[in-house]
Amino acid sequence: MTQYGVPESDSRGQRVLHPAREQYLPTVRALLADGFEVCADLTAVDYLTFPQRSLPAGVVGERFEVVVNLLSIERRERIRVRVQVPAADPTLPTLFDMYPGTEAMEREVFDMFGIGFTDHPDLTRILMPEDWDGYPLRKDYDQGSIPVQFSTDFAQSDRSG
Amino acid sequence: MNDIVATIRAGNDPAQGLRPRSELNARELLREVGAVLRMSEAEAAKLGDIPVDPADDQTMIINMGPQHPSTHGVLRLMLELQGETVLRCKPIIGYLHTGMEKTGESLTYLQGGTNVTRMDYLSPLNNELVFSMATEKLLGIEDDIPERAVWMRMLLSELNRMSSHLLFLATNGMDIGAVSMMIYGWREREEVLRFFQKVTGLRMNHNFIRPGGVAADLPPGWRDDVLQILDMLPDRLEEYDTLMTGQPIWRDRLQGVGVITPEEALALGATGPILRSTGVAWDLRRDQPYLRYPEVDFDVIVGSYGDCFDRYAIRFHEIRESMKIVRQILDRMPGGDYRIQHKKITPPPRARIDESMEALIHHFKIFTEGFKVPEGEVYVAIESPRGEIGCYIASDGSATPYRMHVRAPTFVNIQCLPHMMRGGLVADAVAVISSVDPVLGEVDR
Repeated sequence: MTQYGVPESDSRGQRVLHPAREQYLPTVRALLADGFEVCADLTAVDYLTFPQRSLPAGVVGERFEVVVNLLSIERRERIRVRVQVPAADPTLPTLFDMYPGTEAMEREVFDMFGIGFTDHPDLTRILMPEDWDGYPLRKDYDQGSIPVQFSTDFAQSDRSG
Repeated sequence: MNDIVATIRAGNDPAQGLRPRSELNARELLREVGAVLRMSEAEAAKLGDIPVDPADDQTMIINMGPQHPSTHGVLRLMLELQGETVLRCKPIIGYLHTGMEKTGESLTYLQGGTNVTRMDYLSPLNNELVFSMATEKLLGIEDDIPERAVWMRMLLSELNRMSSHLLFLATNGMDIGAVSMMIYGWREREEVLRFFQKVTGLRMNHNFIRPGGVAADLPPGWRDDVLQILDMLPDRLEEYDTLMTGQPIWRDRLQGVGVITPEEALALGATGPILRSTGVAWDLRRDQPYLRYPEVDFDVIVGSYGDCFDRYAIRFHEIRESMKIVRQILDRMPGGDYRIQHKKITPPPRARIDESMEALIHHFKIFTEGFKVPEGEVYVAIESPRGEIGCYIASDGSATPYRMHVRAPTFVNIQCLPHMMRGGLVADAVAVISSVDPVLGEVDR
C-alpha cells in the first residue's frame, strides 16, 4: 500500500499501480489530480494461457487486464495502471470523462477483447466490421488462415494441368 | 459473459457511422456530437451548433474516403454538410486492419521487427527502434548496447524523420494544390531512401534495427552519402520556403484553419507536431531522453496558434533540426561493434559458421526458435515523426511476446479531426487531414 492506497510494483524500473476494479476510477482520478494529465495509452491483455504471472501481494489475477499508461508533462513522469477484469463480468467504467482521448482506445479494447466500458458514449467496433463475431485478440480466438491462390508447388497446384 | 457486454452495448447503436439528424432525437444527437468531439452531452449542448432543425433537409451526410485521394490511404470521414460547411465529422477507420498485434504474438523477437516495421511505413526505423528498445528492456540489456549501435540508431532515426517530413511537405503541397511541391518532396525523400537502401538493403520495411543492436555495420562510403544529402538539402529547403511559406495563397489556405487549443490536444492525448503546434514544448527526445539525445544539440520547434500553418512550419523546421543532429552524429560516430556480443541473442559471425558445427547449430537455433525473454511487461515510448510511438510488451518467458501492443501516434492524433474540422469548409477539411499527417498503416495496424 502506497501513496495512492493501492498495491504498487516496479516493472523494469517503471512504476505500476494495481487497483482493484472498484478502486480503478478513484485511483485514476487521484492520478489526474496529481498531474498525470495525459492518457498516453490504454490497452488490454488476455492472460488466459498465462495465469501464473507475477503480481504484487494482494492482487488476484483475473483473465483480462486493462493497462493504462498515464503521463505527466509537468514532471516528465510516466505511471502505469493495471486493473484485473474477470472473465465472468468483463466490464470496466470508462475514463472518457477524465481523458476524452480514451474514446478510441476503449473502443479498440472493446473491439479486440470484448471488454465493455460502462457509460462509454459510443461503444462500437472500431477496427473490425460492425457485424463481426468474436474478439480477435483473445487467446482463444484462432489466428486462422485463408486458402492461397498461388503456390510454388506446381505439382500440387490445380492449375498445373 | 457476452450478455453483459451486450447489455452495455444496448444503449449504443452498433453502427459506426454518423446518422442523419432526421433519425435522431435531440438527446441522441447531443450524445453523438459529444462522442465524436470527445465531450459530455452538457458540453456539447453549450456548443450551440445543435439547433439545426432535425427535419431540415439542408444538411446532408457524405462519405469522404476510404478511396478519396486526399485521405492519405483508407481513412473514411463521414461529414455532415450544410452547403460547404462541415457541421459534424466522424473518422471511421479499420479499412487497413490486418491484425498485426495478433500476428506479433506468433513471431519471435527477432522476427517481430519485420512485423512492426510495416505499421508506420513512412518511419519504419522508428517502429523497429521502439520494439527493439522494449525487448532490450525486458532482457535487461538496454544499457549494454554498444555505442556504435546506439549512434547508428540515432543517425537512422533522424534521417527517417527527415524523409518522413519531406513526404509530408509533398503530400501537404499536393492536397493544397501546390503540385510541384509534391514532385520535389518525393524527389528529396528518394535521396534519403537511396541511402537507406545502401545501408539496410531496402528502401522501406528495413528490419534493420534489431534487439541487441543493428543488423549490419555501415557500408564503406556512408559518410560521403550522408554528407551529400546534407549538402543538397539546405538550398532546396530555402527554395521550398520561398515557394510556399511566404506565398499568400499558401498562407490563406493554412493560417487559422484547423485550430486546436493546448487543452484539447492534451485531453485527446495528441502528441508530436500537433501538440507542439499549440505551444506545448513536448518532445520525448528532450523530455524523456533515450539513445544519446542529451549529448546532441537541437531545438524543439513549437508553434503558437495550433493551426495547419503551424504544423506545416514545425515539420519544415524539424527537417533542419534533424540535419543539425545528423551533422553532430557524423562528427561523433564511434567505432566498435554494431551489436551486442551476447551468447543468447547474437548469432555467431558468418565466418565462424563455416568452421564450427556448434556455431552453425547456434545460428540455426537463434533464427528458428529465437531467444527466450524473461517474464515481465514494459512500455517504452520514443518520438516518431508523428508523435509518441510506444510499445507495450508482456512476456511469459517464451521466445514470442505474450502480447505486443503498439501505441500508434496517428491512431490517437486523428481523434483531433472532428475538433479541427467543426465549422470549417470542405476544402479546409482536406488541409486539416493533411496537416495531421496520418499513416493509416499504423492507425489500423
